[in-house]
Formats: sequence, C-alpha cells, structure tokens
Amino acid sequence: MNRYPMWKYIIIIVVMLGGLILALPNIYPSQPAVQVTSSSPDFPLDASVLQQIKDTLTEKGIPVEDTQSIDNSKALIRFDTPDTQLAAADAIKTSLGSKYNTALNLAPATPGWLRSLKPMNLGLDLRGGVHFLMEVDMESAIDKSLTRHSEEFRTFLREKKISYLGVKRVTDHLIIQFKTTELRDQARQEIKGEYRNEIDFEDEETAKGAALKATLTQTNINNTKRFALQQNITTLRKRVNELGVSEPIIQQQGLERIVVQLPGVQDPSVAKEILGTTATLEFRLVDEGNDPYSAQASGRIPVGDKLFVERNGNPILLKSRVMLTGDYITDASSGFDQRDQRPSVTIVLDGKGAKLFAKSTGANVQKLMGVVFIEHKTVVTKQDDGTFTKNTKVSKEVINVARIQEQLSKRFQITGLDTPQEAYNLALLLRAGALAAPVYIVEERTIGPSLGADNISAGFKSVVIGFVLVLIFMAFYYRVFGLVANLALTLNLILIVAALSMLQATLTLPGIAGIVLTVGMAVDANVLIYERIKEELRNGLTPQAAIQSGYEKAFSTIADANITTLIAAVVLYGMGTGPIKGFAITLAIGIVSSMFTAIMGTRAVINLIYGGSKRPKKLHI
Amino acid sequence: MNTKTRKMIDFTGKRKIAMIFSAILMVVSIGSLIVNGLNLGVDFTGGTVIEVGYEEAADVDKIRQSLTAANFDASVQHFGTAKDVLIRIAPHEGEDRAKIGDAVFSILKSTNADVELRRVEFVGPQIGDELRDDGGTAMLLALAGILIYVTLRFEFRFSVGAIIALIHDVVITVGVFSITRIEFDLTILAAILAIIGYSLNDTIVVFDRVRENFLKLRKSTADESINTSINQTLSRTIVTSLTTLLVLSALFYFGGKIIHGFSLAMIIGVIVGTYSSIFVASSSLLMMGITREALLPPEKEGDDQEELTDMP
Repeated sequence: MNRYPMWKYIIIIVVMLGGLILALPNIYPSQPAVQVTSSSPDFPLDASVLQQIKDTLTEKGIPVEDTQSIDNSKALIRFDTPDTQLAAADAIKTSLGSKYNTALNLAPATPGWLRSLKPMNLGLDLRGGVHFLMEVDMESAIDKSLTRHSEEFRTFLREKKISYLGVKRVTDHLIIQFKTTELRDQARQEIKGEYRNEIDFEDEETAKGAALKATLTQTNINNTKRFALQQNITTLRKRVNELGVSEPIIQQQGLERIVVQLPGVQDPSVAKEILGTTATLEFRLVDEGNDPYSAQASGRIPVGDKLFVERNGNPILLKSRVMLTGDYITDASSGFDQRDQRPSVTIVLDGKGAKLFAKSTGANVQKLMGVVFIEHKTVVTKQDDGTFTKNTKVSKEVINVARIQEQLSKRFQITGLDTPQEAYNLALLLRAGALAAPVYIVEERTIGPSLGADNISAGFKSVVIGFVLVLIFMAFYYRVFGLVANLALTLNLILIVAALSMLQATLTLPGIAGIVLTVGMAVDANVLIYERIKEELRNGLTPQAAIQSGYEKAFSTIADANITTLIAAVVLYGMGTGPIKGFAITLAIGIVSSMFTAIMGTRAVINLIYGGSKRPKKLHI
Repeated sequence: MNTKTRKMIDFTGKRKIAMIFSAILMVVSIGSLIVNGLNLGVDFTGGTVIEVGYEEAADVDKIRQSLTAANFDASVQHFGTAKDVLIRIAPHEGEDRAKIGDAVFSILKSTNADVELRRVEFVGPQIGDELRDDGGTAMLLALAGILIYVTLRFEFRFSVGAIIALIHDVVITVGVFSITRIEFDLTILAAILAIIGYSLNDTIVVFDRVRENFLKLRKSTADESINTSINQTLSRTIVTSLTTLLVLSALFYFGGKIIHGFSLAMIIGVIVGTYSSIFVASSSLLMMGITREALLPPEKEGDDQEELTDMP
C-alpha cells in the first residue's frame, strides 16, 4: 500500500548523488598557492608564460606541487608550505615584471578530476580580510562635468567666432555672458544643436546684456553618475590588482556605492591609503618674472598665474595653463634618482601625451617647471537637522620644481617625494589611473586572520554539536522513524552545502547560524508528520493507513509554515547587507531542501521499511 | 472520536491569566524601551569598534589612559576573556574618520608590541541611519507579506491573530535586550527577523489544526475546537521547540562571541514564541469572536493537493 513508484526513488538517488558530488570539494583543506594574472589582455597568460614560471622556480630550486592555467588569463601554482609559497611569489614577480600581477592565495587541495567544482566561498569573517564600502562623491563628478563644459563652451564660441564676455559657474549651472541679444541668439542657435539632450539652454537678461543659462539635463547627470561609478570600479580594480590581492570582490552597490572586499589583507591602512586617494599630477611652468611672496601677501595674483604652495610651505607662482595632466600617463615606476639617491618616479606617457609634452617642454627649455601633486579628500559632516553635507577638499602641492634641461617626451623622471613609500604609492596610483570622482569610505570591517580562524572553528563546532544533539534526541524520541528523520537531516545538510557551493554563495558566520537553525527547524516537518501518524494510530487506524494519512495531513501544515518562514527569509535577503544576506540565503536554501528531504526523502525510506506487501503490526515510533 | 480520551489541558480556559501575564511582559518591555531605549551597536549608531588580543591579560585602565592622552573618546572593556579588549569610539567628525581604527591600533602597538588586531568595524553615520530605516522597513515588509499570505490561506482574523502573536514575541525579545542593556547590533536584527519566521511557523501549525477542526468537529463550540487544536499540536510544538533550542544552545556555547547575541535573541524568541503560539495566538482568535462559520464554505485546497496517491 505504501509504495513509491520507481521514478521517485530515482529522483531521490540522483539528488543525493548530485548533492554529494557538489558538496565534496568542501572537505579538502586549502593549500598555499600563488596566483598569477595578466595585467592586460595584451599579455595573455599562455603556455609559454607558464613554462617561464616553471623554469624560474626550477632554477631557484623551489618545489612545486602543481601548476594550472585557467582561461589563458590566470595561473595557479600550488606549494606544500607557506614558506615556499612566499619565496616563489618573489621569484615569479621578479621574473615576469609588471606585465603580470602575482598574489598569494589559498587554493583548495581538490584532486584534479574535481577541480571544475568549487567549494563554498568563505566570507571575510571566516577567513580574515578587509571589507570596505565606498561612496562615490557624485557632486564632485557633476562639478567636474560643469567645469569641462565651461571650457568646451569657450573653445566652441571661439571657433565659431562669436564674441562672448565670459562663462561663469553659478551653483549648478553655467552663465554665458554676451554683449548683445543678437550675439546671444546667434550663439544659442549654434550651440543648441551641438549639445542636444545634454544641456538645456535658457535665455536670461542681465545688467551687462544678454546671457545663456546652461543646465545639465537629467539624462546627462545620470550618465555622468553612471560613468563615474563604472570608471571608479575599473580604477579600483586595477589598484587592487596592483596590491596583489587574490580573489578580490569589487562590486557596485546601489547607485553611488562600491563594495571592495580583500580577503587575506591584514593591514587595512595600506589598502585604505591606496584605494581611497585620488592623487594625480599636473605639470605647469613657473612664473619666474613675479614675486610669489608679494602676491601671497597682497592677494593680487598676476594675470595668467596661479598661486601654489610648495612642500616646505613657500609660495610659488605657476602659470594657469597646464602643460600636461596625469590622464596621459600609461606607466609609472618608483625608484631612486641616480645622482642624489632621492626617491623618484619614472613616468611613461602615451603617444598623444608624449607629443603634447615634447612640444611644450621643447618651447620652454631652460625654464622652470613645477610638478603639482593633487589630492581630493571628501569630508562628510552631519548637520543638526540630520542631513549630510559633503565637502570635497582639493589639496594641491608643488612637490618638485626643476629646470627643463632638454625637450622631454615619452619617458622622464620626477623627484621631490619625501619617502620611497610615497614614491611607490604615487607610481602605483599613476599606473592604475585616476578616479573619475573622489571616493570615501563609509563602512569598514576588518577581520584579523586569528579571529577568522576562531570563527570558522567555532562555527564548525557548533554545527556539529547542534547536529549531533538533534540526532540523538530524534533517535530516542521516534526510534526507527527518528533514525529515518536523521538520515533525511544528514542529506539536508549535504544538500545545503551543495547548493551553497553550486551558487558560489558566500558562507559567513551568520550563514553558519542559519544552517544550525535550519537543522533545528528541518526536523519540524518530520515532527509534524510523526505526531500526526501517532495521532492517527491512536484514532485506530492501521499502521499502513496511519502512515498514509499522517504524511497527507501534515503536508499542508508544513507547506504553510515553511512558506511563511520563506517570506521572512526573502525579505531579509532583500534588505540585508553581506552577513545578513548570508544568513537569509542559508535559511531559504535550508527550508526548501528540508521540504524535499523531510517529506519525500523520509517517505521513501519509511515505505521501504514498512511498505511492502506484508502488513506491519506495529510501527516503531 | 478517540482524541477525547486523551487528557486535555484547558488552555483556552486559562487565557485570562495568560493575557494578564503577557500584558505585564509587554508593558515592562515597552516601558523599558521608552525609558532606556536600546543599547544600539556601532552598526546603527556609526562609529568605530576595535577588538584586539594580547598575549597576557590586558590592563584596560592603561589602554584607556593612552587613548585619552591621544584625544580619543574611547570606551575600553574586556571582551570575552581577560586577554581580549574591545574599544569603542563614538562617531567622529572630520576627514580621517575612516582611519581612526588604524590610529588607535598604532597607539596600542606603541605601548605594547604584543598586541594583535582581531577586528575593526567602522560605520559611517549615514550607513547607520540607513540601516535603522532599512531594518524598520524590512520588519514592516515581512509583516505585510505574512499578513497577505495568512489572509489568503485562512481568514483575516487569523492573520490578525498571527500578527498579534508576532508583535508580542518581537516586543518581548527586544524588551529583554533593552532591560539587560546587551548590545543590539545587525546580527540581532537578523535574529529578530528569524524569530518572526519561527513564531509564525509555530502559530500557523496551530491555526492549521484549528481550521481543520472547525470543519470537522461540527458540534463543538469555537472555544472547544481551539482548545482541542492546541492540545493536539502540543507535543509537536514542544518537540520542535526543544530541537531548535538544542541547536541554539550549541550556537550559544560554542559559536563564538560574535554570534552570542544572535543565539541569545533566538533562544528568547523561541521560548516566547512557543508560549505565544499556545496562549496568545488562539486566544486572540476567540477575542475577535471567531466562529466556525467564518471558515465555511470549506476550503479543500489544503487537503487535496497531495502527491501521495497510490499507483494503480
């Protein structure tokens, strides 16, 4: 009477085997490894590079466990001890140079045939690392766009030979001033077509004559924001790669935020320094004809000049015209100046930049040139009314003034930095490119490696102990049926791990709590069924009928109860950040898989034991 | 009906006492929430938390002095063991807010080199505000979703009953955190949301039986039917709570400091939730004047969508 069709057994067995295989990679410990990635698609990580790595390591006598190439863009070299791993990382770095990034990594020691399957991702709270939530200062991105447009308007009007009095920035828009209405109308006709959909132009009458009010359209603002975010993500990714972190996560969160997770990074201060700065360089000629001290004292800056401050605090006058900006830099490396051993940065420009710079330095040989170091810092202050205001401070410092000895072009060197570390950081930042808009950290979570290890062992222990306690209780309370429920519970645990591995979801400590909780709650379905069977037996049903009716009647209750819990889990997932999401995912997976194991799984086994043709006189429940 | 031969406990008869007991708990909880509020963690207030570990027992006073000397408004206390120290720094203004953690750690390192950084959490004030809002929204969304589901599957009064039980459980659990001044952080918010799920699970099981019995026990009054339902589901309620409490105590004792608060909140929630599904949820059905007729014409959907039909 209680017999399951063959196909149901097949489904259960397939799910069970599938779950086992997917969960299998998790039982292998991790192994020290070095991960090599190419820094650009121009340098594929092909067999020849892999061979080069192998040769280097053999030459140095470093024993290699295994090498593996992934998609021609990544190589994983495994070692047996952390010491060889460190030595190897240095050797590989020296051998391959800056075309490839090397990072220390922990790779699971999964046997070759299983490598296509991945174990669960461990969250930072379990393996240690740094998590940053960075906000992009969008106001500053918009600001930049307005400044760029004001320059464009000037050039445009000059090219069209329309005379204008000036372009002025007023809070969120630009005012282009003209002498007469005719000029304004002429300009409007020309310029409107040029900036369709990007900028709205409105006529304004002013005391000095006629003006055009230029406002960025909403689409333009949205595009600017989207671009700033994307650009920043790209730049941050490059910087992280420069830092040599394996498996970093750099993701957009919402419209203005970026999540950066750096597993294994133990010192958040270095990462913060590198990720958060918007440092770039500008090269300007020094105005040697005017006295900067009197300009500073009187506040009267000569026309065509700008007042700057040197590192030592002295004022200096530089020309307003910029000879070169950091945008043209393609490569930069730090080192020491050959003459006086001061820290230096060697800069390589792209073709356009080299041409520009050759022209401007060639025309100014024997004149002084200043290198301006520009850095943005954003300060967020909370007002009394609970709103937040952002102020971006731009600090501009002249780090170096030198006489142009000869025409400079593609490759040149600057000095004037205080420490080798500073030179190193500047080179890294110039290499990775500038951020489109300043970012600032709104949240940081750093977990030291020892705490991560503590958390993982505590989490593991509590899962095992909780699980065993429930197994014992069920076996005593429901005897044979309890043992069947325990089988289902074990399968459930395997399925949760399998699902997490398959989804590549991140397991966090709250996630482990979610697993433990599902273990407790998964038995609920069985408790409901078994209590119902007991009740039906008391009502005088035969064992077979009681099993049938117990499962049948409990089903709607189980479904109702689980769906409501699922609603809570979905809401949690929707609103949650990292750790909460982890909890919600495991809870949701646990609910779904427990419905399968606790209802279908146990029924299959019960049917095998008590189904059959012979009628059991008594149920061991 | 064989069920009547089993000893029945008169739960609905004791609902007055239960009601008074619940009312007292609720009043105390709400009172404490109004007077004391919650000891909100850095997740909600913003600020910086630094956990460090020493080789030997740490001198909290000395640490406090060195930080005060460096102009930090810091609260310093032991965390778990004498070797571990937790430092809290109130939200700061200024540009280097995100670097406070590094600054504090370098001060500690300069006074005692044997210190190890275990954890830094910095939360900007705007994130804290958002989390508080999002947490509230999540709670309301979960309640709304549940209200809709229960109304669809049962009847409106059932969903009100379920929500009353839920609010009861959540308020008392949060109240315990308010009274004990245990820090209320993000993981505890997660626990509260999980409690919503659990408490509901429990309530729904009883309601399911109430619905069944309303349709089956045609001669009984609503009061009797409900009491029968509670009794019939009693052993299930207790066994499930027990297994859940078993795993939760494993989490509480072995899960580590970070989920201590989480497991504590869950333990309180499960106990209160079990009590409320026996005494509060069903009693509120009676108070709202639920009748057998409310569920007629009978809904059959719960009983017939079964995949367990015999093979021919």
